[in-house]
Amino acid sequence: MAPTVSALDTTETTRRPFSGRRVRFGDTLLRVVAGGAALGAAVLLGLIAYKLVQGAHLALSTFGLGFLTHNIWDPVHLHFAAGAFLFGTVVTSVGALILATPLALGIALFLSELAPSWLRGPVSALVETLAAIPSVVIGLWGIIVLVPLMHDHVDPALHSVLGWIPLFGTSTSGNNYFTAIVVLTIMITPIIASLSRELFLGVPRELKEAALGLGTTRWEMVRGVVLPYARGGVAAAMILGVGRALGEAIAVSQVVGNGTFIGANLFQGGDTMGSKIATEFLNAVPPMEPSALIYLGLILLVLSIAVNLMAQLVVRRASRRLRG
Amino acid sequence: MTELVSESSSIVPAVRVETKRQPLPPREQLETVFEIQDLDALYGSKPALKGVSFDVYKNLVTAIIGPSGCGKSTFIRCLNRMNDLVPGFRQHGTIRYHGYDISTRDVDPVAVRRTIGMVFQRPNPFPKSIFDNVAWGLKVLGMKDGLNDRVEKALTQAALWDEVKDRLKTNAMGLSGGQQQRLCIARAIAVEPDVVLMDEPASALDPIATQKIEELMHGLKSEYTFVIVTHNMQQAARVADMTAFFSISRGEEGQRWGELIEYDGTEKIFTAPSDKRTEDYVTGRFG
Amino acid sequence: MSATELSVFGRPNDRLRRRRRVNRVIELIAWLAAAVGVALLGVLVGYVALRGASQLSLGLLTKPQVPYALTSVSQGLANAFVGSLVIVGIATAMALPFGMLIAIYVSEFAPRAIKGFVGLVLDTLAGIPAIVVGIFVYGLLVVGHGQSGLDGSFAYAIIMLPFVARSTIEILALVPSSLREAGLALGAPRWRTTLGVVLPHAIGGILTGAVLAVARVAGETAPLLLTTSIVGQGIAWNPLHAMQTVPVAIYELADSPVPSDHALAWAGAFVLIVFILIVSLTARWLAGRSRRKLTGISR
Repeated sequence: MAPTVSALDTTETTRRPFSGRRVRFGDTLLRVVAGGAALGAAVLLGLIAYKLVQGAHLALSTFGLGFLTHNIWDPVHLHFAAGAFLFGTVVTSVGALILATPLALGIALFLSELAPSWLRGPVSALVETLAAIPSVVIGLWGIIVLVPLMHDHVDPALHSVLGWIPLFGTSTSGNNYFTAIVVLTIMITPIIASLSRELFLGVPRELKEAALGLGTTRWEMVRGVVLPYARGGVAAAMILGVGRALGEAIAVSQVVGNGTFIGANLFQGGDTMGSKIATEFLNAVPPMEPSALIYLGLILLVLSIAVNLMAQLVVRRASRRLRG
Repeated sequence: MTELVSESSSIVPAVRVETKRQPLPPREQLETVFEIQDLDALYGSKPALKGVSFDVYKNLVTAIIGPSGCGKSTFIRCLNRMNDLVPGFRQHGTIRYHGYDISTRDVDPVAVRRTIGMVFQRPNPFPKSIFDNVAWGLKVLGMKDGLNDRVEKALTQAALWDEVKDRLKTNAMGLSGGQQQRLCIARAIAVEPDVVLMDEPASALDPIATQKIEELMHGLKSEYTFVIVTHNMQQAARVADMTAFFSISRGEEGQRWGELIEYDGTEKIFTAPSDKRTEDYVTGRFG
Repeated sequence: MSATELSVFGRPNDRLRRRRRVNRVIELIAWLAAAVGVALLGVLVGYVALRGASQLSLGLLTKPQVPYALTSVSQGLANAFVGSLVIVGIATAMALPFGMLIAIYVSEFAPRAIKGFVGLVLDTLAGIPAIVVGIFVYGLLVVGHGQSGLDGSFAYAIIMLPFVARSTIEILALVPSSLREAGLALGAPRWRTTLGVVLPHAIGGILTGAVLAVARVAGETAPLLLTTSIVGQGIAWNPLHAMQTVPVAIYELADSPVPSDHALAWAGAFVLIVFILIVSLTARWLAGRSRRKLTGISR
C-alpha cells in the first residue's frame, strides 16, 4: 500500500539542506572574504612598490642610475645623488654585523650549551627584552650617553691604539659612523642571538652524543657538529640582522652625524639612507627634493626585499643539505 | 660451532642458537678491564640502579640483558661517563678501569671517552661525507698521520669498505640504516679505543644487517673489548662470551630500579642459571 | 691525573691538555658574551629608569607638551600618551581582523602553492623598513590631505599585519583537526565550523599574538614621523587630525638643546619601556597558558 504523503511532507523533503545552496553560500562567502584579505596583502605589497616608484619617478628620470654612484646632495641647485648615503648604509650595516655576530653567537652558545639550567631562562628573557627596546629610546640613550662617551673616551683610545689602521682616524665629534655602528650592533645582536640559540638547541641530541662519545671536548663538538648543522640558519639569521640594520632610520639618525663623508675613517660624521629620509623629509622642498628622498626609500625597499629573499634561499639550501 | 643446548642442560632455554663462540679460557688467564663495585645510579631522586658489582674481561664480548626499564642503558653509559650529560644524574660506588677509578668527579670524561668508545642504538652518522665521518674524530684527536689508511682500515674492519670505497665523498645520510650503523662502528674504532660499548646496536636494523654486525664483533674481539646491551636474547646467546642479567626490583613506595641478578659465562646463563629469576627470563616465562 | 693518565689511557696527553685549554678559553668567551649582553640591557634600562623614573608625576600624565618652552613652564606628555593610545588602538582594530582573515584563508582554505605565496608576501611585508612604510602612507594618504592620526594608524597597521597573520596561522595550526572534524560531522558547514568552533578555541592565542604585535609597534617612530608629527598645542583627541605620539615626542625632545626637554624625553622613554615590558610579559604568559590549553604540553 502506498504511504500517504501529505502535501506538507513533500515540500519539506524537497527543501532539505541536501540541496544545500544556502549552506554553500556561507562557505563561499568566507572563502572569498578571507581570500580577498590574503589577496589584499599581496596588493598592498604591490601598492607600496608602486607608490614608491611613482614618488621617485621625478628623481629617477632626472638622475637615473647615476644616483647610486655619485656623491652630492645639494637642495639649492637640485643636484642629488645617493653615493654618501649608500656608502653609509653599507658601512654601518656591515660594521654592525661584524660586531654583532660573534657577540650573538657567543650568547647563543652560552644559552644552548653552557648555562646552568637556572640561568638559561632569565638570561634568554633578558636578551629578548633587549630586542623589545624601541629604536628611539636607544637613540635617546645614544645622543645623551653614548655620543659623549665615544667622543671623550672610546674614540681617542681606539685611535691611539689602532690609529695606524685608517678606520680609526681622528675623531672630531662623537656623532660618527662608529657610534652608529655601536647602536646598530645593540639592536641586531638580540635577533641573531635568539635565532641562533633556537638553531643550536635544535641540533639532534644523538649527533652531539656521537661526537662527545669519541672523546672530544665540548668546543670540538660544537665546532664539528653544532655549527655545521646550524650553518644555514645562522647565515639566514645574520642576513636578517643586516636587513634590520639596513632599514633602521631613527636611532641611526640621532647619532650618525648627518654628514656626507665617504672614506675610511669611521670616526667621521656621515649618514645613511634611512636616516637621511627621517631627518630631511618633512623639510624637503617639492618637487625634486622629496622625490630624491623617495628614491632613497626605493633603494631601501629593493635592498630589504633582496635581503629577505636571500635569507629564504639560504635556509632552503641548508635544509636540503641536511637531508642528504 | 657449538650448539647452545647441551645434554647436561638442566632447563629448557627459550633460545636455541648456533654460535661461533669458543669456550671461555680459565679465569686466571682473563685480564680485568672494568671492576664495578656497588654502583648506584639515580636521576634526581629516582633510583635507576642499585648495588651493581661485577668485572668485565678483556677481549671478550660481554652482554647485558634484561627486561626493559632495568637500567641496562644507564649502566653502560656509566662506563664512559655519558650520563654526565643528563642534568640531575648522580652515581655512587666505583668503576675501576684498569685499576683506575673513572667514576669520580675529578676524572675528565673527555679522556675516558677517548679510550672507551660507544655505538648508539639508532645510527647517528654526522651529516658529512662518509670519509669525513670517520676522519673527523681522527683529526680532532690528533691522529692525522696516514689519515686515508686509517679511514680505510676502520671501514674495512667494520665490513663497510667494499660497499663505500667508490663513494667516500658522498653524504653519509644517503646510506641505508645498516650501512650507517657500520659507519658509526667504523667511526668509533678508527680512533683506536680500548673498549667499545654498544647500546642495542642492532635494534633499529633488519636481520641481515644485524648479522653483519654480530660477525663484526666476533672478528674484532681480539683487538677490542666489547660490552653490548641487548634486549634480544638470541643475540646475546650468539655473540656474547659473558652475560650479565639485570632485572627490575621494586621498593615499598612503588619505586623501581635495576639490579644485577646473575653474571656468568653465556652458556651457563642460558643452560643452567643459578638464580630463578634468570631462569624465568631466559626460558621466556617473563620479560 | 698526569702520570696515571698516561699509563691507563696509554696515549700522549699534551694534546689533551691543549685541547682542554682551548675549550676553557672558548667557554670563557661565551660567558663573557652573555655578560656583555646582559650588561647592555642593564645599562640601557638602567639609564632610562634612573633618569626617567624621577620625572614621573601626575603632571606628566595630565599636562600636554609646550613646544619651545622655557624651563619654568611645567609640561607633560599627556598629548603624546593620548595620541599613542588612540593611534595604536585604531591600528589594532585595522590589523587584527585583516590579519585573522588572512590566517583563516591560509590555514583553512588555501591550496599548498598559495600558502607558500602568501607566506612569502607576509615575510616580505615584515621586512620592509618602517621608514619606507612611512613614505608609502605619506604618498597614499597624506599628500594633498595633510597628516592625521588615522594615517599613522594605517602605517602602524601595515607593520602589525604580518605579525598578527603569522601568529594566528601558527595558533590555528595548533587547533586539532579532530575539532574541525567534529564540527563538520555534526553537519555544520565549513564556515560555521571555522567561525564557531575553531576560532573561539584559538581566540586566546590569537589575542596574545595581537598584543605582542602591539608591543612591537608601540615604540616605532619612523612610520609616524611622516604621517602624524606636525601637531598643534594641547591635547588632541581627534584622529582625523595629526596627533602627537610618545615615540615622536621622544625623538623631537632628544634633539632639543634644552635640558628639561631631555628630562621629559627620559620620562617618556621610561613610560614607553614599562608599557612595552608589561604588555610583552603579559602576552607571553598568556601565550604559555593558551598553548598548554591547546596542546596539553607545557613549554
